[in-house]
Amino acid sequence: MTQGPPLVEMRGIHKRFGGVHAIQNMHLTLYPGEVLGLLGHNGAGKSTLMKILAGAYTLDTGEILVSGSPVQILSPRDSKRVGIETIYQTLALADNLSAVANIFFGREIVNAFGMLDEARMERDAISVIRRLNPNFQNFHALVGGLSGGQRQAVAIARTLQFNAKIIIMDEPTAALGPQETRMVGDLIRQLKAEGIGIIMISHDLHDVFDLSDRVTVMKNGRHVWTGHVAETTKDQVLEMIILGKVPDGSYAPGMTSDFG
Amino acid sequence: MLAMLIALAAAAIVFNILSHGLFLSPRNLWNLAVQTSVVGIISTGMVLVIVSRNIDLSVGSLESFLGISGAFLQLQVLHIGAPNTWWAGILFVVVLGGLCGALQGAITAYLGLPSFVVTLAGLMAWRAVAWLVTRGETVTPLDSTYSLFGDGSIGVAWSWVVGAAIVLIVAALALNRRVSRSRVGFGNRQWWLDLAGIALVAAVVFAFVATMNAYTYPRSVVGRGIPVPVLTLIVIVGIMSCLATMTRFGRYIYGYGGNPEAAQLAGVPTKRVVTIAFAIVGVLTGVGAVVTTARLNAAPLSIGQLLELQVIAACVIGGTSLTGGSGSIFGAIVGATLIQSLLNGLVLLGVDSATQQIVEALVLLAAVWFDIIYQRRGA
Ligand SMILES: Nc1ncnc2c1ncn2[C@@H]1O[C@H](COP(=O)(O)OP(=O)(O)OP(=O)(O)O)[C@@H](O)[C@H]1O
Ligand SMILES: [Mg+2]
Repeated sequence: MTQGPPLVEMRGIHKRFGGVHAIQNMHLTLYPGEVLGLLGHNGAGKSTLMKILAGAYTLDTGEILVSGSPVQILSPRDSKRVGIETIYQTLALADNLSAVANIFFGREIVNAFGMLDEARMERDAISVIRRLNPNFQNFHALVGGLSGGQRQAVAIARTLQFNAKIIIMDEPTAALGPQETRMVGDLIRQLKAEGIGIIMISHDLHDVFDLSDRVTVMKNGRHVWTGHVAETTKDQVLEMIILGKVPDGSYAPGMTSDFG
Repeated sequence: MLAMLIALAAAAIVFNILSHGLFLSPRNLWNLAVQTSVVGIISTGMVLVIVSRNIDLSVGSLESFLGISGAFLQLQVLHIGAPNTWWAGILFVVVLGGLCGALQGAITAYLGLPSFVVTLAGLMAWRAVAWLVTRGETVTPLDSTYSLFGDGSIGVAWSWVVGAAIVLIVAALALNRRVSRSRVGFGNRQWWLDLAGIALVAAVVFAFVATMNAYTYPRSVVGRGIPVPVLTLIVIVGIMSCLATMTRFGRYIYGYGGNPEAAQLAGVPTKRVVTIAFAIVGVLTGVGAVVTTARLNAAPLSIGQLLELQVIAACVIGGTSLTGGSGSIFGAIVGATLIQSLLNGLVLLGVDSATQQIVEALVLLAAVWFDIIYQRRGA
């Protein structure tokens, strides 16, 4: 499964916000057809690292390779151009637009006269959103009036619409009930089978172990450990998340032996 | 929106009774339409600026600068009465307006200054620049063809043609919607619903045309028809509605207003979009300046006093939310018509201009208060 050149490689990534060193010398690798669980405590820097990959933040130093070649990701557009789609933790939906308009936001289909082709967008939106939620009806209702689960379905559908190679999911099931969570799990397996690489951030270790091939753990903006889920246990992962203590009993670089 | 239409109808009926039928006479409605045109024209752009969580306070002052600059060009550079003067004068004013608007928009979007401050500076500066152009002198008279854009009208026959064209365009849009839905295999709503909608539009449009045609020239039975400023408003409403609802640009403005961060993350060129919205208001202010100066056949420094507030009030009364994200061009036109109806009605009743301004202020307060009530209900 983890053969061939990596889809994504992030190396030596640093990011500061004023005095906060949010990401320090961080690295990760994602292979085609793999789900990489990205784990860490609140504030560990998971979202920040993914926003760098998504083009929402630009890195201070470090490099990013996509399918083996170095890429400059300076804006969300750059990231989408190299085949990366992102579900943000905040979902990043425009509440005053419909589900259809949100799915196509920034990449609307236009006709020969440059006018929005509403009918085609609606047709495509329906087929993609039904993959996630066969009961979804409210295509024309404003997204602000939808339930948390429906909003999340819209945010996920947006990433499926444009033939991504790489999908970043920052807490994709946070607002979902058990049945919808299962549907997202099925979807992730299906995307994997299509050869898409997925980076999934989740606080639910059960989900992570269930869906991921490998996990990368980070703490205080630094890399702690990366390995196959089969090589570790939930308890060990919890120790890594909380203490930065890797399975062989030592501490990752930059982690003090005492708490925090 | 429905509430505003009802308010408009109520105001019309009350004024008509109090003025013993003067308010709803063809002559007064014709004048009312002309009086509404400038505020209406600019408000179609202001809606987009407000939807994008910004404001443009400079339009009144900018109108003065643009009007004077255009008039100055006609007198000093072009020649009054020369065949090219009218259109070159208009083009100059409109382009200059677009540049001024784009400048304010770029300062807002790229430098990150609040638009309130940027356009407040514009409000203070543009009229002063206008003063520097002419040292405060009123520029007059203007080209006679140019003047038609303020006080001309297109005659009975052409008015019917315009009315028919509007109805045809509305019908074509409805048909296009049905065709494009069937093409992707969707059902359509019952055809008679579309037909009823078109019939309603046709009834309103033809009633309007008939009213404009019923106002005759003095001592004659020849109807004037749609005034040129009103025709200009109609064309601009058409273009702006299309821009707002049928193009990517419009989608970006609304989406940006709903969630600026989402727009940015979606890869929308947000700074450019905001700059363009301000440039559009600048262009429309140029059109407003043409109509105003052409109507006066002069460009005094004093035009456009409090225009920004009338325009913003028209938007807000028409349902545009000052917190951004929602508002419609049709609503702004209803708002503009409501404000002008109040002012016009008060004039008919012989109320002095100080009282008119107080009423205008109260209407603005009421409109913002409505906005807050809508917001609470929405939340
Ligand atoms: N835009 C920003 N400006 C300043 N500091 C920021 C910004 N974004 C993130 N940070 C800081 O960077 C650190 C990492 O935050 P981040 O959101 O990446 O954590 P996270 O691992 O996603 O946490 P959570 O599990 O709560 O989502 C935190 O200390 C946060 O305060
Ligand atoms: Mg996060």
